[in-house]
Amino acid sequence: MTFVAKPRVHHPLLPTNDLGLTRRDYEGSVSTLCAGCGHDSVSAAIVQACAELSLPPHRFAKVSGIGCSSKTPSYFLGNSHGFNSVHGRMPSVATGANLANRELYCVGVSGDGDSASIGLGQFAHIVRRRINMLYIVDNNGTYGLTKGQFSATNDKGSTSKKGVPNLYEPIDLVSMALQIGASFVARSFSGDKRQLVPLIQAGLAHKGFAFIDVVSPCVAFNNHSGSTKSYDYVRDHFGKLVEADFIAPGEEITADYEEGSGEDVTMPDGSTLRLRKLAAEYDPHDRVDALSHVQRAAEAGEVVTGLLYVDPDAGDCHDILGTSAKPLNALDESVLCPGAEALERVNAGLR
Amino acid sequence: MKATNIADPAYFHKVVDCQWACPAHTPVPDYIRLIAEERYTEAYMLNWDSNVFPGILGRTCDRPCEPACRRVRTEEKPVAICRLKRVAADHKGDISDYLPRVPKKKNGKRICLLGAGPASLAVARDLLPFGYEVDMFDRDPAGGGMMRSQIPAFRLPADVLEEEVDLIVDMGINAHYNHEITSMKEMLALGYDAYFVGTGAPRGRDLDLPGRKEVDAHISIGIDWLGSVAFGHTTSISGKVIVMGGGNTAMDCCRTSKRLGAETVTVVVRSAFEVMKASEWEKEDAMSEGIPIVNNRPPKEFVHENGKLKGVVFECVKPVDDGSGRLRYVPSGEPDVFMECDHVLMAIGQENHCPWIERDIGLDFDKWDCPVLDETTFQSTHPKVFFGGDSAFGPENIIWASAHAHQAAISIHLFCQGKDLKKDRPADGVNLISQKMGIHQWSYDAEHDDAKRFIVPHANKRKALDNIKIEVELGFDARLGLKEAQRCLNCDVQTVFTENLCIECDACVDICPMDCITFTQNAEEPELRASLIAPAQNTEQDLYVSETLPTGRVMAKDEDVCLHCGLCAERCPTNAWDMQKSMIHTPQLGSCAQ
Repeated sequence: MTFVAKPRVHHPLLPTNDLGLTRRDYEGSVSTLCAGCGHDSVSAAIVQACAELSLPPHRFAKVSGIGCSSKTPSYFLGNSHGFNSVHGRMPSVATGANLANRELYCVGVSGDGDSASIGLGQFAHIVRRRINMLYIVDNNGTYGLTKGQFSATNDKGSTSKKGVPNLYEPIDLVSMALQIGASFVARSFSGDKRQLVPLIQAGLAHKGFAFIDVVSPCVAFNNHSGSTKSYDYVRDHFGKLVEADFIAPGEEITADYEEGSGEDVTMPDGSTLRLRKLAAEYDPHDRVDALSHVQRAAEAGEVVTGLLYVDPDAGDCHDILGTSAKPLNALDESVLCPGAEALERVNAGLR
Repeated sequence: MKATNIADPAYFHKVVDCQWACPAHTPVPDYIRLIAEERYTEAYMLNWDSNVFPGILGRTCDRPCEPACRRVRTEEKPVAICRLKRVAADHKGDISDYLPRVPKKKNGKRICLLGAGPASLAVARDLLPFGYEVDMFDRDPAGGGMMRSQIPAFRLPADVLEEEVDLIVDMGINAHYNHEITSMKEMLALGYDAYFVGTGAPRGRDLDLPGRKEVDAHISIGIDWLGSVAFGHTTSISGKVIVMGGGNTAMDCCRTSKRLGAETVTVVVRSAFEVMKASEWEKEDAMSEGIPIVNNRPPKEFVHENGKLKGVVFECVKPVDDGSGRLRYVPSGEPDVFMECDHVLMAIGQENHCPWIERDIGLDFDKWDCPVLDETTFQSTHPKVFFGGDSAFGPENIIWASAHAHQAAISIHLFCQGKDLKKDRPADGVNLISQKMGIHQWSYDAEHDDAKRFIVPHANKRKALDNIKIEVELGFDARLGLKEAQRCLNCDVQTVFTENLCIECDACVDICPMDCITFTQNAEEPELRASLIAPAQNTEQDLYVSETLPTGRVMAKDEDVCLHCGLCAERCPTNAWDMQKSMIHTPQLGSCAQ
């Protein structure tokens, strides 16, 4: 934790975005996480992504559960709505928030403990329901807040700081998300903002459930030579499958990729995702193929990253339910409670 | 780019903008921290070591440090460095225990100082502790030189001047006042081991315009007139006064005239307001005393009637920026103006002038009539004779005199010991000391204070204008001094990077409030600068570039707007960043002692 407050003064040439805000206006309070925590880089990437897209901070709902990762919403978008919920229960709160007001950008930050252990059931079901949100897991393979026990995403055979090996199979949240129906699945690394920032931007533009598994090293408990989630290990085993560039609506699109290796995907909000495949055979629109590729790479000890799967037209929970286009929280009483006659009609239809 | 060599004393010295800009390299952040700790005596002595006249300079310095202050680039106004120096001087306690001891037994070498101004006094201060016998000659009845004769008492009270001058004289100088030096040959014949010429730039420039000779009785040369006021020969001036010139002497002349009873005072300057040589605050003070400054008016003619001055005719010009960096003046088309006046004070510059140095003694002068000197050693072409202060390279100010004096004193010492003035010269040095005291504890106040520059209180204007001896600027009291001291960014507490500890986690990049740090591919400087997160406006400050890191990138830090807040070191998990105080050693005589 840092006791020196971050000065408000900023670089004299710091650019302002379309809203007249600088990147600094998207920051939150100073992090209380350990120095060097990967989670702080993820927060910085969210700050950068939102500032570059000129998104209004007050139109965000930040939700989280419990854990180091779940503290981070305090450290970005200081002027937005936030809910730090119960351990593993962030998906319920996110679902409620999104159903009540579909116009907010919903960003959930969770950890491997929060999403893969206590909250695994909630995680599975929010994926199924395709809540329109960006769900980020800061994945460090360890329980940092309770001093470094293995988490459920820790690879079998990887060791603790003291050298004790992990005996259990890991849960791969990327594979789970692919299997249960997420329409945007990515993996990245906190130490590579050039990859992470466009992924976050694309995830915010995506309509439906966007999931990013971010390997985010725990410098205090899981950044040693026996770890598979350390800065060194990830850098050595980093494999990029599909690079994604995010091009906001109205920005000029220039062709800069080799023929056959690239593809522009138009997102529902008019922005463009430029995908550049780095593995020739890989198809980021084939869910089954993606799943098997990810699994096979995991067997080989490789950390495959990038935008692994995207279906821009899948839609979200509101489409599935056919809810009102106007946010529920904006409907007045006469619409929400149409009276006994209307109830009578509904009941009659069910008889 | 090649990895930065931080062992080079110049590297971190340059990061401390104020100290780098100060001719005497006063360790500014160091003494400001002492003020913040209310250790005024130590703060004063740190100043006294480097610049010799902290109390005087705290009131009169030209302040090259302030425009250099990093705060100008990060926010707006610099730290009031000069006024803080005065705080140290005003609040100091007994300094006698801190002063160097002067040995009773002399080393047998005799030094002659010509002139008793700041340069000579500073040379004496440096030499006396080494057992030199020092004789000083001056034509004035007391020591101090131009500090006494040309700076009016409302800017520099006599007791402040005398305290610091006497301190040095009382270290054991044999002072010969009221001694007009008329011949260098005669002085050389006295057989001293070395001579130091610190006679300043005592000749004020004059203007040869039509009517000049006829009205001689109504025209005074600014510095001579100020001198005669200082020594009590002139106590009043009457009628309408025009001061010609735009430097600090002009400001002193106009403000002095106002206090001595002039009916009206007007400053007329040939150039534009912005390029006037006077310090910003001097101009402001003159104008706030109700003295108009008229610009772009070169004088053309003195108008007189039967030997009585009636006024001056001025031409009207306007400045044209022809892109050469210097303004050019062309006629503005307006008709010439006539300004009525009874007295003119000429403050249009001064020059060094040594008519008493014979030109056949092996001491060469250049075509501008300045002595030919070695710029490092200040030795003239006569090996025994050294120069310093205004008499060396022309008019500057007191802080330059101190800086020259330190170098000249080293040279004189080496010369008298029979050593080589260049090869045996002590080198600059730098020490780096970690300021880390605990996991999150630093031995300096890292927190950034975003307060605006504090305004210094002034004396009641009516009272100040009534009495030439009333000091106008009252200086910061202890409370304001503490507040202003907090604004200092501690630029001497350096961010030091150790490559082999870095795990490239980006924590420093994320936390840096000024976007100073970038991890990127190495390249030549212009390319590397362009690839920084926030490229600098001021490329005078260097980039701090590391060796190549495991990912093939380098750490490149732009020193330009670093706040030295220490957050990079706070957020670094491996101590690859550390905050280390750089102590720059600028050689002074003490550092070549054996």
